[in-house]
Amino acid sequence: MSILVNKNTNVLVQGITGKEGSFHTLKCLEYGTNVVAGVTPFKGKTLFNNSVPVYNTIDEAKKEHRIDATMVFVPAGFAASSIVEAIEAEIPLIVCITEGIPVMDMLNVKNALNCSKSIMIGPNCPGIITADECKIGIMPGFIHKKGKIGVLSRSGTLTYEAVNQLTKAGLGETTCIGIGGDPIIGSPFITFLKMFEDDPETKAVVMIGEIGGTAEEEASEFIKKNMKKPVVGFIAGKTAPAGKRMGHAGAIISGGVGTAPAKLKTMEKNGIFIADNPSVIAETAKKALNL
Amino acid sequence: MDIHEYQAKEILNNHNIKTLRSVLCRNGEEAYKAYQTLSSPVCAVKAQVHAGGRGKAGGVKIAKSADETRSIAEKMIGMTLVTAQTGKEGKKVRKVLIEEGAEIIKEFYLSLTIDRKTASIAFVLSAEGGMEIEEVSKNAPEKILTVPINPGHGLKSFHMLKMFLFLGIEKNLYNDFSNLVSLLYDTFIKEDMSMLEINPLILTGANTFIPLDAKIILDDNASIRHPYFNDFIDEDEEEPLEVKAKSVGLNYIKLDGNVGCMVNGAGLAMATMDTIKEFGAMPANFLDVGGTADAKRVETAFNILLSDKNVKGIFINIFGGIVKCDMVAEGVVAAAKNIGLKLPVVVRLEGTNADIAAKIIESSGMNFIVGESLADGAKKISDIVNG
Repeated sequence: MSILVNKNTNVLVQGITGKEGSFHTLKCLEYGTNVVAGVTPFKGKTLFNNSVPVYNTIDEAKKEHRIDATMVFVPAGFAASSIVEAIEAEIPLIVCITEGIPVMDMLNVKNALNCSKSIMIGPNCPGIITADECKIGIMPGFIHKKGKIGVLSRSGTLTYEAVNQLTKAGLGETTCIGIGGDPIIGSPFITFLKMFEDDPETKAVVMIGEIGGTAEEEASEFIKKNMKKPVVGFIAGKTAPAGKRMGHAGAIISGGVGTAPAKLKTMEKNGIFIADNPSVIAETAKKALNL
Repeated sequence: MDIHEYQAKEILNNHNIKTLRSVLCRNGEEAYKAYQTLSSPVCAVKAQVHAGGRGKAGGVKIAKSADETRSIAEKMIGMTLVTAQTGKEGKKVRKVLIEEGAEIIKEFYLSLTIDRKTASIAFVLSAEGGMEIEEVSKNAPEKILTVPINPGHGLKSFHMLKMFLFLGIEKNLYNDFSNLVSLLYDTFIKEDMSMLEINPLILTGANTFIPLDAKIILDDNASIRHPYFNDFIDEDEEEPLEVKAKSVGLNYIKLDGNVGCMVNGAGLAMATMDTIKEFGAMPANFLDVGGTADAKRVETAFNILLSDKNVKGIFINIFGGIVKCDMVAEGVVAAAKNIGLKLPVVVRLEGTNADIAAKIIESSGMNFIVGESLADGAKKISDIVNG
């Protein structure tokens, strides 16, 4: 078991013929992901990598394939349209890797998502991976190993750092999700925390947050009320100055909201096991599991 | 991105939102002429810097003659303005806006922002305009009204009525008020703003609402559909090293410490800074070299780090996922040799081919120290800079 994706997940890639899209589709295929089709406008009726059929639209692809998830690599200016296309085609899981989508576009996407059957991960994220089964994203596959920890994060390489530790510590992972570093994202931590709580294989969750917004605070309240499984938390950006965007569009302390100490305080109060620095994430997970 | 008041007002004017007549000036002489052109008995001389809180810091002054306008402008241009928002180093004033006077009956606060929690566009209003809104929100939160607008439904009459009633304005002014509010809402969306703050919004003696000040933050990501955003960039307002980094696609933010950091990924970069602090040193910067840490990028990154004279040592922390660590190591060695790097450097490379990378670093003959882990590397560089 795992959450959202497994070895039976059929994946579509939107923007499969672009530079990023083609590179990472190959990496996903190498990992064993069932990439069943791709979409690139005006490239219909061609083959990607001599094996994956490319269509002009999702509708065309849907006529030929069962699609469980889509991975979006469409450039920022057009990504919102592609996401809405996926929502209207009722693709259950939308994973958007694209960075730099205008916030106004994401407000519209978010509104469309609210009245839909789709779950969205991202944008501006590494994607989702269920260890040894299915990778939809740009994370390095080899650091992941099937195990018992669910991982949620707003970051990319910092997630790899955590996963690497979990794997080396022999804990391994069930599913890892990068929820995205933008101010407006498809789904908050809570959406996935709920799923991890219900997944019998996941024994604990690692939640990696960062400065900006109140997503970690909201997740903490949810965890206290609804979760029996232990959650380990880390917040990046204790040394970040106010008013400066730290790389991610969403990582900014503004109007006194979103500081690391405030987040850590709320998390601790709600029973989350805090990793004081990124080097002790796996160690803290072991403690949380009494190992 | 932050823009100036005069640019913000230009955007508002393009959308039929009236502001007071004003002239942008770069020296006393231009200010003198501006007073004459405006032919208003009273003018405001307003410093144009990317920071709020100008009034309290002496960045907004009233002049009653052309001579006075010139003399105030001459003093203001060239001065370093330290406001609550600039930090202690302040901002140098290079331009002033000379604006005609107006009879002010009442001052309000009105802003639009993106509310992350509800994914909506939120109006924030108060009848206590002109003051520091942060103070009002802390001491008298009941004097502030937040009205979130679901972008799918859009701004409706009842929203505007709610705002109007809250501000307690006379009924005959409702049309004027709602016209302005809906123009502001449309402009906010059309021009892809992240924030639009009008403080104060004034009610004039002629019974009209006018934005006396305007602060706008534009969404950088939307510059793909608004080419004019690039014309609004004022490099004088930014840290020169940050501008240089941006031009080569590096994300750099200068800080006060003495450990130069070079990391791939924003989250890991922040976590690296935090870890350095845990070991008793302070990071000199945030620097995300991005996904492709090749020799050329690393060299530029080194040059940027070295331009900061506070830097006493460098910590390179790369998690090679898709990027191979041995390639990064070769890039680091080549770049360091090329610029004749003398400072101590701790290198921590983890991920694909990390073992090969460690050998390249060790046998480079350079002043490199290998960090075994993030914590180990952070400890080593902190010990070095702390002597």
